[in-house]
Amino acid sequence: MTLPTLFRLATPLLCGASLVSGLAAQGAAPLRVPYETFTLPNGLQVIVHEDHSVPVVSVNIWYHVGSGDERPGRTGFAHLFEHIMFMGSQHVPTGEFDKLLEAAGGDNNGSTTEDRTNYFEDAPANALPLMLWLDSDRMGFLLPEITAEKVDLQRGVVQNERRQSYENRPYGLAEENILKRLYPPSHPYSWPVIGSMTDLSAATLEDVRNFFRNYYTPNNATLAVAGDVTPGEARQLAQKYFGDIPRGPEVTRPTPPAVLLTADVYGTLEDRVQTPRVYNAWHTQKAFAPDDAGLDVLANVLAGGRSSRLYRRLVYELQIASDVVAFQDGSRLDGKFELWVTARPGHNLGELQRVVDEEVRKLADAGPTLREVQRAQNTFEAQFLSRMERVGSFGGKADQLNFYAYFAGTPDYFQRDLDRYLKVTPADVQRIARAYLADAHRVVLSVVPQGKPELAVQAAVQP
Amino acid sequence: MNSVVLAVLFLQGVGVDRTKAPTLLPPPALKLPAVRTAPLPNGLELVVVESHKVPVVDVSLVLDAGAVRDPADLPGLATFTATMLQQGAGSRSALDIADQAAFLGAQLSSAAGFDVATVSLHVPTRRLTEALDLLADVVLRPTFPDSEITRQRELRRTQLLQQRDEPVQVANVAFPAIVYGAGHPYGRPLAGNDSSVAGLSRARVTSFYSTFYHPNAARLLVVGDVTLDQARRLVTARFGGWPRGAVPAAAAAAAPAPAGAARTFYLIDKPGAAQSVVRIGQVGPARDTPDYFALQVLNTILGGAFTSRLNQNLRETHGYTYGAGSAFALRRAGGPFVAQASVVTAKTDSSLIEFLKELRRIRDEAVPTAELAKAKQYIILGLPGDFETTAGAAFRFRDLLIYGLPLDYYAGYIDRINAVTAADVQRVARRYIDPDRFDIVIVGDRSQIEAGIKALNEGPILYRDLWGQVLP
Repeated sequence: MTLPTLFRLATPLLCGASLVSGLAAQGAAPLRVPYETFTLPNGLQVIVHEDHSVPVVSVNIWYHVGSGDERPGRTGFAHLFEHIMFMGSQHVPTGEFDKLLEAAGGDNNGSTTEDRTNYFEDAPANALPLMLWLDSDRMGFLLPEITAEKVDLQRGVVQNERRQSYENRPYGLAEENILKRLYPPSHPYSWPVIGSMTDLSAATLEDVRNFFRNYYTPNNATLAVAGDVTPGEARQLAQKYFGDIPRGPEVTRPTPPAVLLTADVYGTLEDRVQTPRVYNAWHTQKAFAPDDAGLDVLANVLAGGRSSRLYRRLVYELQIASDVVAFQDGSRLDGKFELWVTARPGHNLGELQRVVDEEVRKLADAGPTLREVQRAQNTFEAQFLSRMERVGSFGGKADQLNFYAYFAGTPDYFQRDLDRYLKVTPADVQRIARAYLADAHRVVLSVVPQGKPELAVQAAVQP
Repeated sequence: MNSVVLAVLFLQGVGVDRTKAPTLLPPPALKLPAVRTAPLPNGLELVVVESHKVPVVDVSLVLDAGAVRDPADLPGLATFTATMLQQGAGSRSALDIADQAAFLGAQLSSAAGFDVATVSLHVPTRRLTEALDLLADVVLRPTFPDSEITRQRELRRTQLLQQRDEPVQVANVAFPAIVYGAGHPYGRPLAGNDSSVAGLSRARVTSFYSTFYHPNAARLLVVGDVTLDQARRLVTARFGGWPRGAVPAAAAAAAPAPAGAARTFYLIDKPGAAQSVVRIGQVGPARDTPDYFALQVLNTILGGAFTSRLNQNLRETHGYTYGAGSAFALRRAGGPFVAQASVVTAKTDSSLIEFLKELRRIRDEAVPTAELAKAKQYIILGLPGDFETTAGAAFRFRDLLIYGLPLDYYAGYIDRINAVTAADVQRVARRYIDPDRFDIVIVGDRSQIEAGIKALNEGPILYRDLWGQVLP
């Protein structure tokens, strides 16, 4: 799952949906999303999937750029740019992008992660030419329309997004405090996708223009069209609207060396919270690397719902925590595993951390039961199935085709992705728990109520 | 090389005029899924919508057991009872239920809103039978063990404490408390409050359950990869023996909605807050209002879509917020109308000016033709997509079941939206949005925003606690 995704519009996080499932052996039909793909002369790869069950079409574009392509001093830039993409282009006056789509019964949104930026429009099938006209105009003809006023306005919106989602939310600043302890300052994952207030203020008009020239090119994007459309129609329209956009420069992306912690790193953050929370974070594996799926299964065994080990111990039996969260976050350059536990009143984080360490050590020593692994696999499998129901929006089939094209190199990777989960054994989970968690260094961040640093995990008492 | 040349020739042949938006063919017709019913002899209404494209099934049981049934001394009982269904049922323990649901790949949830409680299941078709066994235990045979009551009560106590840290949640509790007062069910917090939580006991939960959980006050909606006959057989085998019971009428319909007082600001202090959370509104109409369709159009223009006036003004013109909007919470009795945003602290007063300007303008001026047409098209043309997933279709059909609307309701939906005129929009705006009687609730840093709000000269400021109650 990818957690640090920012959206143009506030939208519920799809965390639950992106955690996924076993028992497939007994006759589940394989997942298939048939597609046709072709590449325009300018380098734009187009992926088309037909699904006539509902008269809607989704257009989904992934640009291969994210906050991982930013440099220190200009953080938050990829996401700020995503907002500017909605502010009008040469043939689409400011405000018309949304108005024309809504008048056609459509919706749209965009999102940015460390690795990529995506945009979608969902609308009735007859609106496909409109969607492609809008999206091609901002891919090919945005530059003349980027003005200081537009940049300033969206800078204000994004700064309010940062306030709403991070600064004015309990524990909201934890993630950026973890990242800067997990990565050296030169590594592009050391800052959050939202960026810092200072850097957002520093972005210049020329920065914005250069960013567009370098990254918003047909050869650095994939276009998925899914729904009530034929491949012939989609091909003709894609060529018509995107064919004359010139190829851009080749993109080189940062490839920083792998990062490892050489010692445990402790930090404490005082926040306006009633109850303290401890965050553990470890370096793991990139998306789709070996053990990436096994780490998802491990997260499920540890903290996936009320039947997980840590929920049972901490929330249900000992009743010293109010909730537990764990996830593997595999990205392009690195992966990390995070584990969060929130204390109940009257309990300090050291108490929670001792139980976390016990449970992680138990898994590393004895592994999970077969049933625990199957339960995780079944949960994941069900989530894969439910994601087949929708062509559009974030996580719909169009978005997933682009996701797999980017991370796995082939759009219809649905069943092979699921197979990664179904192959995981209890012995794998045991080995993974030991190698990546129990025997590895980590960042431990304590978020405590203001003036209560004594509630934090104390480095000295760690074994 | 050849393919490049060919492609270029092809493009030159087609050409593209970018200077105007493409002319679109007529939109596809709305294709509604077939919906069929099969009432059970015990009064349980079974409603089935078949959809076989993905092998999943979405099941929801809707019961007249929402928070409007909470006793006045025990807000939070309905939501707590719904939570407790999963903490032991039949021969299964709380942990068994969680483990078995996960093992089936089933999402099992039980929750309550104001009007109804809902127990739902989303599961791959090939696990449906076992998942329905689980659902039936949870609904028909909850055991409410004392140890689990205590456990969940203590957990809720912590959650209520944590809620204080979240300004948006504080505003969502305080706003209805101020608009409705404690005398009306819609004014009480769904999860209860610090003092009521202590009263959540096995006796109160059992009594609530045995009073309100009956088949004759319930509907079971099944959407997905199953036929009507299969659904009827599976459901009858598990729910056919559920005995009828006498369910008392709800209090909410009888409770008078408070008459709004003159416009007042209510300030809830959150020192150091980076934003002010704003909620503006009053008591609105009920779901059965004949003005329903005009209200849909009105709200789409005002605050229901991205290009709505409030968002365009506060976000896209001024950059005061990440998003602004409005909603009519249409319930069995009159729910609140609310306009809302989280705005940067330093622009709290400027934001309030823009809110009030838009909320007055929608009453004072007729909506221009193009804006009206856009809103209507957005509603009408967006409708088919709502039925794409089992969960989406279930959401739409549940609405009909909760409010007693005919199952062919959506067939007439488009015509009724189309019939709404600019005069209708202005009429319902004047009827249901009354800026002279707004309650304006602001959760923010008092030291930074109070002077600016006073200077607006738009009404008195009162100070409230995190629950919306008068400060001691």
